[in-house]
Amino acid sequence: MATIVEQLATVGLVPEPMLSTPYRIQRVKQETDDTFTLELAPADSGEGHAFAPGQFNMLYVYGVGEVPISISSDPGDSPVIQHTTRVVGTVTKAMRLLKRGDMLGIRGPYGTHWPVENATGRDIVIVAGGIGLAPLRPALYRLMAQREKYRKIVLLYGTRTPEDILYRHELEHWRGKFDLEIQVTVDRAASTWRSNVGVVTSMIPRAPFDPSNTAAFICGPEVMMRFTAMELQKRGVAMDRTFVSMERNMKCGIGLCGHCQFGPVFTCKDGPVFSFDRIAALLGRAEV
Amino acid sequence: MSMASAVVEEPMTRKAAKTGASYVLTKPHLEQLLQSLADSGYKVIGPTVRDGAIVYEPLNSIDQLPAGWTDEQQAGKYRLRRRQDNALFGYVVGPHSWKKFLYPPARRLWQAERRPKGFRLVPEEPAKTRYAFVGVRACELHAIALQDEVLLHGQYPDPDYQARRENLLLVAVNCTQAGGNCFCASMNTGPKASSGFDLALTESLQGSRHSVLVEVGTDRGAEILSRVPHEEATDNDKQAAESAIADAARHMGRTLDTHGVKELLYRNSESPQWDNVAARCLSCANCTMVCPTCFCATVEDTTDLSGSHAERWRRWDSCFTVDFSYIHGGSVRATPRSRYRQWMTHKLASWIDQFGSSGCVGCGRCITWCPVGIDITAEVRVLRENDAGSPATDPSRSPA
Amino acid sequence: MTVHTLEPIIQATPFFQGMEDRHIELITGCARNVRFDEGVTIFHEGDAADQFYLIRGGLVAVQFMVPHRGLTTILTVGEGEILGWSWLFPPYRWHFDARTQQPTHALAFDGKCLRTKCEDDHDLGYEIFKRFMQVVNERLESTRLQLLDIYGNNR
Repeated sequence: MATIVEQLATVGLVPEPMLSTPYRIQRVKQETDDTFTLELAPADSGEGHAFAPGQFNMLYVYGVGEVPISISSDPGDSPVIQHTTRVVGTVTKAMRLLKRGDMLGIRGPYGTHWPVENATGRDIVIVAGGIGLAPLRPALYRLMAQREKYRKIVLLYGTRTPEDILYRHELEHWRGKFDLEIQVTVDRAASTWRSNVGVVTSMIPRAPFDPSNTAAFICGPEVMMRFTAMELQKRGVAMDRTFVSMERNMKCGIGLCGHCQFGPVFTCKDGPVFSFDRIAALLGRAEV
Repeated sequence: MSMASAVVEEPMTRKAAKTGASYVLTKPHLEQLLQSLADSGYKVIGPTVRDGAIVYEPLNSIDQLPAGWTDEQQAGKYRLRRRQDNALFGYVVGPHSWKKFLYPPARRLWQAERRPKGFRLVPEEPAKTRYAFVGVRACELHAIALQDEVLLHGQYPDPDYQARRENLLLVAVNCTQAGGNCFCASMNTGPKASSGFDLALTESLQGSRHSVLVEVGTDRGAEILSRVPHEEATDNDKQAAESAIADAARHMGRTLDTHGVKELLYRNSESPQWDNVAARCLSCANCTMVCPTCFCATVEDTTDLSGSHAERWRRWDSCFTVDFSYIHGGSVRATPRSRYRQWMTHKLASWIDQFGSSGCVGCGRCITWCPVGIDITAEVRVLRENDAGSPATDPSRSPA
Repeated sequence: MTVHTLEPIIQATPFFQGMEDRHIELITGCARNVRFDEGVTIFHEGDAADQFYLIRGGLVAVQFMVPHRGLTTILTVGEGEILGWSWLFPPYRWHFDARTQQPTHALAFDGKCLRTKCEDDHDLGYEIFKRFMQVVNERLESTRLQLLDIYGNNR
């Protein structure tokens, strides 16, 4: 121990990792009745941090609190970032009341990312459920920025009703502009909805990809991710090439507070993106 | 500042103490050692009796040490008893652990002031206090090392912990008797302090001779000791100390078989034994509060009534609270059963996958301070007896 | 004649894969091609359920009329999928509306015809029921996930 302490003394004290960096809100957009997007840039022309798709930030609302939210924008737009979130508690409720020009504290980016760079030369299947599309959006941007490196790209997106579809215009735009197959479904709809109704997992058996050469990225409610992985596995997709994004209670986001533990892994630093085979056993168990 | 009476200055020159060597101090010299620490600018913390327990508090003099006291510990029980002798260190560990000073129960991380167009954050300065811990048991040295692994060796070290550790001087004490709930021998963390200290003391009472063997662990320890009168330890002195420590090792209050304990816990996650312990566990969180390695914390963002001033605080937390795993409108670990399982599995199993060693140092505090007397060593024993299966049939393999 | 044209088509569909030739012949005898424009109600809740459909192209919405909510779609059935099993169970009535969302073409199978053939040939019956149970199983699983309302607000 004396050796360690001596080493530290020569290095000097480390920065305070719980200190937030001030960012300013450039834009607030209501996406659906309970979901909104904030577009942010470092305050006072700070430099910000580059991030990888799938990573998250800890967002602090002055005097209210801090929550982990996945970054949902194009990594290429950095340092401008976007966060799409639902209003689920005190902090997000307060966050929704913020306006253009208001200040927010940001710490991050933290966590593991969608391993897009390891999936070159393969078919990519992206399965999003509900707001799960938000952490996958940066991955979609990355894939499209290097479209030629991948074979087929399929996006299967399921949400509650047509009114809950996120990034609707963007999906249309992508469908038209890029060589990517997008199938959207909802759990139920009024008769004015002309497209698919049913769970997103039911789109997997017939989706156009080659299971023997596919990487899959799944994000959504845990139940949905479990069943999606199951359907993919039924078609022969390797579970070590299938990735999910987990969520747990987080207080620090940096592996010190212990709250986000899920079995032996820390969701904030060993995740939130995990290969499915690593955590399959944990997902099947209750109250872990 | 009280001085022990009849301090006799040795007329002979102060020989420099050497790292790795052992020396002998008398009681008055021990007092001088404390003074030397204080004079060097250390805030000395050590054991003292308060409210019927031996706790760690600032020490000015060896008069404050629990001379002639020992502790009787059993599952759910702690009592102080008078000894027949006047030993200064004749007890083991109490409800406090050193994490109280290295990773304080409540610490402000920063303050924020509202500004016209936002707010400004002012971080808290890392602690400047230089602590000297006197009376650190071998298990506690390991506990400190385990917390170092979590709080210093990750990607985001805690600067306040780093400052407190960097300036910390450790004066260990070797146990010459084991406590009723001790099982450091099982966990390979004691009773002998083998590394990680600046000085290590082993007390000896032989007839009217009351002395302390001092092993010098570091140059810093040597420097401190050099300012205090000391004699070279004889082979007899050293052997007597070894003997007493070995005796303590043979009389541990409890044992825990650590063989394959990680796999044991992983594959028995659905054992009916968890229901059994859940029927007893109150989720009171005492065990996590007294455990020297538990590090879980929560972060609280507060504001004053006017909103012009906000603060972020870090406080100790416990995985036994219902809110600990709260997300999306509910808690992942909603039942006490799942929370006890989480704590024990983390401590004895997951910790190994996370940090490379067990999270338990065998100090026995969790057994002593559990109001219903749950004994972690007994729980392991029961799990082994009812083991679901061998590793070959393990359905719940531990993730890589 | 239609029968000869449809037999190879029916033989090739994944749904009937693995059936013996004599059974395929029996089934083909109950089948015919059908086409619907977009926006056509194929059947209404309460109508006699005398047939089932194997969709070959297009999209059909399974809908319920819910007071105060209006016509609600709870499932769409597309290419390669089966629409309807009420023909198997008395009183052989449809329990929902089916409306095309796109121009749709399908194979329509006469339920009464096939039921009779299944009674006569239990082996055929077993093969038919095996396949329909699989459909019911998948639909039930999907329905359960929809029932969990996983994207909802956890209330």
